Amino acid sequence: MTRAPVRDRAAFLTRREHRTLRVVALLLLLAGWELVARLGWVPVLFLPSPLGVLSEGWAMLQSGELAGHVASSLSRLLLGFGVGAALGIAVGVAVGFFAVAEAVGTPIIAATFPIPKIALLPLLILWLGLGEPSKVAVIALGVFFPMAINTFTGVRGADPLLVRAAVAFGAGRWSIIRKVVLPSALPMIFAGLRLGAGTALLLLVAAEMIAVESGIGFLVLHAGNLMQTTKLMVGIVVLSLLGVLSHWSLGRLERLAIPWRAG
Amino acid sequence: MRVLVDGVSKTYVDRTGRPVRALEAIDLAVESAEFVAILGPSGCGKSTLLNLIAGLLAPTAGTIWLDGELPPGHVATAMVFQEFALFPWRTAQANIELGLEELGVPAAERARRARRFIELTGLQGFETKYPHQLSGGMRQRVGIARALAVEPAVLLMDEPFSALDAQTRQLMQEELLGIWERTRRTIVYVTHNIHEAVYMADRVVVLSRRPGRVLAEVKIELPRPRVEHLLGEPAFVATVERIWSLIREQAAQALRE
Repeated sequence: MTRAPVRDRAAFLTRREHRTLRVVALLLLLAGWELVARLGWVPVLFLPSPLGVLSEGWAMLQSGELAGHVASSLSRLLLGFGVGAALGIAVGVAVGFFAVAEAVGTPIIAATFPIPKIALLPLLILWLGLGEPSKVAVIALGVFFPMAINTFTGVRGADPLLVRAAVAFGAGRWSIIRKVVLPSALPMIFAGLRLGAGTALLLLVAAEMIAVESGIGFLVLHAGNLMQTTKLMVGIVVLSLLGVLSHWSLGRLERLAIPWRAG
Repeated sequence: MRVLVDGVSKTYVDRTGRPVRALEAIDLAVESAEFVAILGPSGCGKSTLLNLIAGLLAPTAGTIWLDGELPPGHVATAMVFQEFALFPWRTAQANIELGLEELGVPAAERARRARRFIELTGLQGFETKYPHQLSGGMRQRVGIARALAVEPAVLLMDEPFSALDAQTRQLMQEELLGIWERTRRTIVYVTHNIHEAVYMADRVVVLSRRPGRVLAEVKIELPRPRVEHLLGEPAFVATVERIWSLIREQAAQALRE
């Protein structure tokens, strides 16, 4: 046998971050899009240029038009999300912890969970009227189910050893819920919040397409009807920014709420 | 406080629905301030016995008595777990204060009492660390401090050091003996390790394989304080040999299964 150094055979498995490529890819896409619009390959009516969307957005921001839409959308979103998340967590804990609540809750949730929540919007409008409550309610419903199901799963995943340890040190039902079950469920609860945030945005836009005067959903629909494609695109960009923002802030909140996570 | 185990049997139903006899007609008396080791092969029901004494399980037959005056503000039993069972979302200090919270001790008093046991178990400087930031040995110190903080009359220890490496285990055993000599609690210590049982206990109760029965009770006549060089002395080795001869056949049987 001749002498040969041992090579690192796992070298090809290391994944580089390619930081510049990330930015460059995005910029190239935008530049290509701008070029397509500038050269008039696609009429601006169908595909406005990125720079056009940017300047339109700036104009709408200056006139205060955009702020109005964003404010009414955000208030619906936050209210619906808050109510849905709070109810979902409460129901998830109850169903996960108490046998009676599980017996009552499981079949009801299993039967109602598959309904596309948007189908309930006409019914909610019938019950609650055309005003804000029906919009908030449909968002709350959409957030409720992923929250309830994720919380339930998190509660069920609580380590029985820790529950037993808590009992050994004198904990009763409520102490166990507060000190063992809820903290164990937190990672799942946050996963539910992320899911819920996506659903909430979807339902927000849908709800704002019916009988409202302001909101980003309204902006998108209205601009579309008037063939103001650039304005429409501004609405879509704002929605995308809202999605990114909610994802980012939930991530921050999660790191604050779960400081014991390794790393 | 004495622990009297009076004709206790425990049968439970396993996942396939078959009854499993874990313990059969156990009679045992643990005296006040005594250090008793319960020794047995894995699956002999020794942890079950500890859980029965802690009131975390109900016996199928028989009764467990806790006999003696309990001073106000104290609890009868506290448990140290093999897998530590620390709350990952609580710092070391908050873990130690858990039992005191449940007793309704006010925050300032909790911190004061926790401090005493943080010092006793050598956890100074680690109060604000989360369990995942601590080594196995430090984690079990937190487990021991948590149990001592509620001033239990009886300290129940379920293979507390078996998840630690051999060197750490040796040091922790010595520390526990030191703590015991200073606090003089009644200790019921479950282990599968003969050396550990003989090194630490006043008396070793040997359980048989499932269903667990008391095979023998061996009084350990070794001087205290027990220190490391004892491990090589003829009296120690002879005691270990004697107990090994008692359970050798049982262990061999387990191996054949």
